[in-house]
Amino acid sequence: MKFISKYRKHKLAAPLLLLFALTGLGLTFSVASATEAPKSVDAAARSTLIEEGQQIFLKGCSSCHGLNGEGAAIAPSLIGVGAASVDFQVATGRMPMQDMSQQAMRKAPVYNEEEVAALAAYVASLAPGPRAYTNEEIEWERDGNTAEGGELFRNNCAMCHNFAGQGGALTQGKYAPSVMGVEPKHIYEAMITGPQAMPVFSDKIITPEEKLSIIKWIKAAETEPNLGGAALGRVGPVTEGLLVWTLGLGLLIGIAVWLTAKAR
Amino acid sequence: MSAREKVAANVANYVDERTGAASWMKKNLQKVFPDHWSFMLGEIALYSFLILLLSGTFLTFWFDPSMRHVVYEGSYQPLKDVEMSAAYASTLHISFDVRGGLLMRQIHHWAALIFMAAIVVHLLRVFFTGAFRKPREFNWILGIALLTLGIVEGFLGYSLPDDLLSGTGIRIAHAIIQSIPVVGTYLSFFAFGGAFPGEVFIPRIYIVHVLLLPGIFLALITVHLMLVWYQKHTQYPGPGRTEKNVVGYPLMPVYMAKAGGFFFIVFGITALLGAVASINPIWLYGPYTPGQISAGSQPDWYMGWLDGLVRMAPPIETYLFGYTVSWNILIPGLIIPGIIFTGMALYPFIESWMTGDKKEHHLLDRPRNVPNRTALGVMSLTFMLVALINGGNDIIATHFDLTINQIMWFSRIGIIVLPPLAFVITKRICLSLQRADRELVLHGKETGRLVMLPHGEFIEVHEELSAEKKYTLTQHQQPAAIALVKEDARGVLNPKGIRAKLQARFSAANAENIAKPTPDELKQLEGGHH
Amino acid sequence: MSSELEPLADPGLPEHIHRKADTDPIAAKRAERQVAVLFSLSAFGTVLFLFSFFFVDEDQFIFVPIMGSTNAHQLGIGIGMAMSLLFIGFGAVHWAKTLMPDQEVIAYRHEMRSEDSDRQDFVKAAKAGAETAGLGRRPLIKRSLAAAAGLAGLPAIILLRDLGPLPGNSLNETNWKTGTRLVTDPGDRPIKASDLEVGGVAQVMPALAAGKKRTLEDIAKDAVLLIRLRPAEFQLDAERLSWTHEGIIAFSKICSHMGCAVALYEQTTKHLLCPCHQSTFDVTRAAKVIFGPAARPLPQLAITVDSEGYLVAKQPFTEAVGPSFWERKS
Repeated sequence: MKFISKYRKHKLAAPLLLLFALTGLGLTFSVASATEAPKSVDAAARSTLIEEGQQIFLKGCSSCHGLNGEGAAIAPSLIGVGAASVDFQVATGRMPMQDMSQQAMRKAPVYNEEEVAALAAYVASLAPGPRAYTNEEIEWERDGNTAEGGELFRNNCAMCHNFAGQGGALTQGKYAPSVMGVEPKHIYEAMITGPQAMPVFSDKIITPEEKLSIIKWIKAAETEPNLGGAALGRVGPVTEGLLVWTLGLGLLIGIAVWLTAKAR
Repeated sequence: MSAREKVAANVANYVDERTGAASWMKKNLQKVFPDHWSFMLGEIALYSFLILLLSGTFLTFWFDPSMRHVVYEGSYQPLKDVEMSAAYASTLHISFDVRGGLLMRQIHHWAALIFMAAIVVHLLRVFFTGAFRKPREFNWILGIALLTLGIVEGFLGYSLPDDLLSGTGIRIAHAIIQSIPVVGTYLSFFAFGGAFPGEVFIPRIYIVHVLLLPGIFLALITVHLMLVWYQKHTQYPGPGRTEKNVVGYPLMPVYMAKAGGFFFIVFGITALLGAVASINPIWLYGPYTPGQISAGSQPDWYMGWLDGLVRMAPPIETYLFGYTVSWNILIPGLIIPGIIFTGMALYPFIESWMTGDKKEHHLLDRPRNVPNRTALGVMSLTFMLVALINGGNDIIATHFDLTINQIMWFSRIGIIVLPPLAFVITKRICLSLQRADRELVLHGKETGRLVMLPHGEFIEVHEELSAEKKYTLTQHQQPAAIALVKEDARGVLNPKGIRAKLQARFSAANAENIAKPTPDELKQLEGGHH
Repeated sequence: MSSELEPLADPGLPEHIHRKADTDPIAAKRAERQVAVLFSLSAFGTVLFLFSFFFVDEDQFIFVPIMGSTNAHQLGIGIGMAMSLLFIGFGAVHWAKTLMPDQEVIAYRHEMRSEDSDRQDFVKAAKAGAETAGLGRRPLIKRSLAAAAGLAGLPAIILLRDLGPLPGNSLNETNWKTGTRLVTDPGDRPIKASDLEVGGVAQVMPALAAGKKRTLEDIAKDAVLLIRLRPAEFQLDAERLSWTHEGIIAFSKICSHMGCAVALYEQTTKHLLCPCHQSTFDVTRAAKVIFGPAARPLPQLAITVDSEGYLVAKQPFTEAVGPSFWERKS
């Protein structure tokens, strides 16, 4: 029982499962279309990757971002945003946006890993920008420090993402999303690229090691079990007040009614 | 006499010979308390206060109210080696290194929220049933004092752990103190022992929180209860219940068992909340430093309305003759709350002046029978609710897909428009209910059974109300409006002038009622009805 | 007041209806057993508490539906304690409801006011007391007593004088001096303009003199937020523009409304939002207030670079930072 609960309590469980499924799907596709040359780093392969990316871009992105990624009235230019931006925006499902709402939401990604890599290669080929990362490169478990990460998080992130990383409101309907269940590489890429309303946290301001500490703290907050009972969303006193007026006072008044009702 | 009886008799004799308690006890063991669920609301407040005393005492054994800097060495890993105040470190110690410490902290905090909520619903019950009327005005004022002190006491408790959230609360309290014209800067320097945050504020509010205010609470609650005891409890109207009697159960044994049992129930529910629901997880907030903040920083609910008012305040600040006055803080933070609480405290006198009613009242009003008061109450409640909602606008925005700007504008307009609207609607509803009561008394209950009369007409059978029910619906007084005396018989102008006019106006509004059935109407219908 | 005829006479208390347990000994016995069961459940709760306290490990977690993974120790002692209390209460109430007399009794009220004779006697006694003390006849005593009593309250207030120092000019001063370096917080690393990318922010503090420690009082006034925009995005007057450096602009992080840390920077709109009361400031227009209760822009810190290329303060803040106060020069 302890064994199962240990897995189930893991907030990463659902997103990880999803990721697993998607990766599997992606792999199946790539195996099925096995006519392509196997992955290599030589220039020829790179240029086919870029070409492939361009094809996807023209189909899925260019209507808003322009035929050459130069941007338009409704979408920013992608020249110089780098592969990191693409990996963050597309692999977390934020891009392509389905509706013109205040901001792009995290959702199931439209493109598989291969396609994201191709898109990233194409956008990176437009102008140099921050490169994309893999989860293996982000050695947060080894190099991060939770306590230091907590201080950095409270200083740089909590004002928008809330003290426990649950997210919070910004102006005019924009919001800072929850950082729970986000892949380490995406957290890292978000910090270096500043997606949407989020500012950029340059490496000289928050060093790469410090960024790993932040990720380590976020992962600790994510897996922290409920030490004092139901967490009530970890959004502070509002839900606590709501619970006291509904469940707390509701129960007490209910009991008072029973207590003063005549027995038969 | 059995041996046990003998011992009891000996003890009783011993005590009585020294205190003369028997004659007092004889009378009071038979003291009668009317039974109604709404009479238990004040008891919830009383019992949560006792729970607060008990759990609070437990917490003081470990809490260190000091802002001295320490490095955390306890068992909560994510804060290991972090620099923090001793207050915060000792709160972490209570939460993680004292067995049952976290449970007691959560019980203490939940009890505080229940305490305030119970005070509010108790106050609403007293208000809407008119229980504050003569001779209970003093007790009403005591109640308002307890409510006000409760807000202060709660806020101080919220501020003690010195985590990021409570420090933010203190920061805002500091700004409110500092905004007071002329003396604000000095007051804040005295309160904080210098610049914000200083190192003395938490030790100072600690002693206020655990000694000064609880002492005042104990004294006020004692007087509050003694007055209830001495004046005897009010009761709801009904057959056999009059202004001259009180119908209910004797203290010994029924009320003692019920009230005593209810204490355990309130404690049990609080413990249950403490066991299953996390409250104020200070370890997640981190230690306070003025340069940090969390999104969605809110006060506890009983301060939420105040925060909501501050949020919606227009950005007005004046700089005149070299001095700055922050109206954007003063008006929502001090002036409006001042008006609200003063108005509440004075309400029994205001109402008695408006209606000219100087009689003693022990029978409660049914809210519908006093439309003006009920409407006023709902109006005030609406004001507070709009403010409270705005106090949580950021959380509401993210959870209901709205924008903080929308909610803010809704509140800014709503706080002016909605309360009067609530007044009008409530008054209408009250009058409709009165009309329905009148119909019930005159024509009975609709049964839904249709009967065909010999000449083919269908009528619905109405079932006549019982005499008891009819009495309950018609026993209330319907005071007439005070006639405006412009000049007396000798032609001397009324010296009260505008005040008399106002009073006549208010009393006319108060007297707006649907006339209850007269004895004649009832008689006429008798016999002729189904 | 209307002296109306009541439509109906008071029918009096309704007849008492007996409960099952009053008439049926089996029902009474059943109620007794129910009460006993409730009390036993309380005892069970206490046992659960004791067991959890002593035998459940403090870092044992169990999965509970809705609540998620929960600390078993805390849950066990909490539920145990709740049960032990709740069921004493439920038992006592059930006992009172089913087995104690439920016939309502009537007590009579007396008017609150005293008898007229008592009132007259009181007035007489009070007058006599005042008379014998001579208060009315000796105004000198009365007045001097009043004055003395009034003055005696003064020490009580004066004694509080040393609660804190006088503010003096301290609210107008920060640790930002001409040439003070901007350093990262936390980390205390000096910053070059090139360290900050367009769209980037940095939380900064004034560099510390060697051996000095930063206090919370320092942070409460010194915290500054650095933001880098494209220079063309500024809509500033010439003076304020000269306070920026290559698109980098610095504002006090302490809200001009109530002192919370304002650091919610939206890169897309160039707006700063305070999470406490939602004052919104436009960075491109020198932190002009565009929404919310704040009445003043955030104070801007003039910055430039020193000979080594590190960002420094060009001059101290030209106005007091943080919330308003009476003596503030606007």
